[in-house]
Amino acid sequence: MKVLMFGWEFPPFISGGLGPACYGITRGLLNNGVDVTFVIPTRKNKDISDPIRIICADEVPIMTSEIPMVEDSEQYISQLKMLGIENRVAISPYVTTMLKALIKDENQEKIVIPGSKLTRGSVLAFTGEYGDNLLQEVVNYGLVGGSIPDLQDYDVIHAHDWLTYFAGIQAKVASGKPLIVHVHATEFDRSGENMNQEVYNIEKSGMEIADKIIAVSHYTKNIIIKYYGIDPGKIEVVYNAVNKEKQLERYKMKKNVDEKIVLFLGRVTMQKGPEYFINAANLVLKRMKNVRFVMAGSGDMLPRMISRMAELKIADRFHFTGFLRGMEVEKMYAISDLYVMPSVSEPFGLTPFEALLYDVPIIISRQSGAAELLKNAIILDFWDVRKLADIIVAILKNEELARNIVEACKDEIKNIGWNNAGARIKDIYRNILNSKV
Amino acid sequence: MVSVCLYFQVHQPFRLRKDYSFFDIGVNHFYEDEAVNREICNKVSQKCYLPANEVMFQLINKFEGKFKVAYSITGIALEQFEKYNPEVIDSFKRLASTGCVEFINETYYHSLSFIYSRAEFKRQVQMHRKKIIELFNQKPQTFRNTELIYNNELGKFIENMGFKTILTEGADHILSWRSPNFLYQPIDCYKLTVLLKNYKLSDDIAFRFSNRDWDEFPLTADKYASWLHNISGSGEIINLFMDYETFGEHQWLDTGIFAFLNALPGEILRHPDFQFINPSEARKFYTPVAQLDVPYYISWADVERDLTAWIGNPLQNSAIEMAYSLEKKILATRDPDLISIWRKLLVSDHFYYMCTKWFSDGDVHKYFNPFNSPYDAYLVYTNVLNDLKISAEKSRSQNK
Repeated sequence: MKVLMFGWEFPPFISGGLGPACYGITRGLLNNGVDVTFVIPTRKNKDISDPIRIICADEVPIMTSEIPMVEDSEQYISQLKMLGIENRVAISPYVTTMLKALIKDENQEKIVIPGSKLTRGSVLAFTGEYGDNLLQEVVNYGLVGGSIPDLQDYDVIHAHDWLTYFAGIQAKVASGKPLIVHVHATEFDRSGENMNQEVYNIEKSGMEIADKIIAVSHYTKNIIIKYYGIDPGKIEVVYNAVNKEKQLERYKMKKNVDEKIVLFLGRVTMQKGPEYFINAANLVLKRMKNVRFVMAGSGDMLPRMISRMAELKIADRFHFTGFLRGMEVEKMYAISDLYVMPSVSEPFGLTPFEALLYDVPIIISRQSGAAELLKNAIILDFWDVRKLADIIVAILKNEELARNIVEACKDEIKNIGWNNAGARIKDIYRNILNSKV
Repeated sequence: MVSVCLYFQVHQPFRLRKDYSFFDIGVNHFYEDEAVNREICNKVSQKCYLPANEVMFQLINKFEGKFKVAYSITGIALEQFEKYNPEVIDSFKRLASTGCVEFINETYYHSLSFIYSRAEFKRQVQMHRKKIIELFNQKPQTFRNTELIYNNELGKFIENMGFKTILTEGADHILSWRSPNFLYQPIDCYKLTVLLKNYKLSDDIAFRFSNRDWDEFPLTADKYASWLHNISGSGEIINLFMDYETFGEHQWLDTGIFAFLNALPGEILRHPDFQFINPSEARKFYTPVAQLDVPYYISWADVERDLTAWIGNPLQNSAIEMAYSLEKKILATRDPDLISIWRKLLVSDHFYYMCTKWFSDGDVHKYFNPFNSPYDAYLVYTNVLNDLKISAEKSRSQNK
């Protein structure tokens, strides 16, 4: 399977979280046997050595004869219309004043003046930065999208964030191949209610024209549904690894309670050992007060567990959330300070890996597959409630210990995480291709 | 002379939002399911309170003072009527003005406070008393505790508060061979008299009236009156106590319950030795025949006639103990809103919803339970309580 990817950042050119995420995704796909070609704006005269094929936009000869000026939005829209795309993009005239900063590259025959005629085979200049000319560069990058050599050889087109949506759209139009847009962040995340209308429009048209959307979280998926009016059935969620502070900041979310939160998340069944969690909580609460325990999930043992908690009279420190969905799961992880998986028997156990995505330290039972991979997690026998209580207290009282566990575990699973993401994305490709046939 | 004493309980609980979750704790302080509370008050007012009050008013006029009736209306119900159905308050005021209607004192919040905090109990009784005087211009003489919960200690406490009469359940296990159809005196009391509910005759109307499997179906006013008349010679006072919602809400209009109610006083008074009295009048006509010893709590609920509808299982105990444990903290805030919402959380129905016994009374419990399960009820309740506790702690630290 061959995929053509459009990105804006890629190591060594990284300014935010997008670059590392794209890098991780390409590793994950590579390990799952997907042939990835990654397009970036420019190599900035540096050599990039990477096992995947890198194409630089400023080296791709353009197949069109004119650069649309972003001030001339009518013209650009009509051009896109000619390409058969119902266009919702309107770029406001104020951008023109910024275009003056575009400088012709002296060493190469690169044409950078908007509105100027091109000869076939001209190349465009890109800074690949987030400067004043960003919108013009994004439009120009779009032209490159339709001009990538041998477009027909790819099975799918995959575009990361709004910067690359024009490129993805034009590649889709030129090749007829399915387009996936990958939403790492939305204009809503970046600007709240005061969104930049141009950026929003580009995002929205990309999402509408795409055959599938990958969102990095359910939170993002909800935003796409709510603010961009996209059919939920078109959106898949594939997690990236992100940092907890950023996550909390992004969710514009605070912990709803002041105390430390210790989390159990999973089906409330025998196999998951919920009663060991409750019994340990009871022991912890005898020793420290500024902590709350949360049991998230549902299952046949839930009524018994609620009764057990009530019997212990710890209702002011122990909470049940019931079954959590999508965004609630993310929120729950994000506000937790410690994750406990006291499973009696667990073939694998995905939840500790999820907890690590939110920088939550983990305690897992020796009777789980996860314990084989997460050697730096705290590993205990599920029945050893006293020890579990001791360690909960120790971690809650020692933030450095907590941080060390997270760091060490994340290091262990760095690749595992991206491989899972890669496998998920490969599945999404496969489903699109199958449904096209 | 045999007296018939009719007393009806009027109560509407304070229902909580079913979706109040862990994530609301610390951020969302709005607990009430206002839409449902309003909707139910509107519905029951139309189906029961307004039409039943109209029937009672007509009967009082028709029998020129010979028909009497008593009500206990909880404070939390009165508050909701004032908010949603002021016409219900007006119609009770109209009944009060006839002089044939007695209003009975109870805890304002229909709470189990006697069991958990005597101080709070006293405050709630006084609040309710004040409300009755204010609305109906009547000083209550008679007391009934939430759900007719009663024991010797309560009797003594109520006597010391100055009441003359108290109502409770004529439970078999306290009466054994004795009849509920006499006046009794609580053990250790000198002034207080106790009226005991004749549960068989009360439940014939409240529970069995429309039951087609019942041997006596259909129940007519003359048949029922004849059962009462048969007591003549073997009893002095027949206490028919029931939920007022029996009329039109538990027994719907089309069961003929209103026609039955309309015809009943005439049928009863057909016997020259029968009269209607209000609870506080009983001691004028009769003297107690014996002392009543109730060492353990009784109530009018379920077949057990005990407290297990509200307390006893771990959920109920945990919830109610946590609620009362906040008393000092909440009162110390001196914040009227926090104190009022805390008291609304003491309404006994919250704990009734957490009842896990699904035996013979399961259907009744289910009928009244807005939650899908007692566990859901418990979780919402404790979430709310946790938020209230945090609010009280914050409020206190601000005051310092």
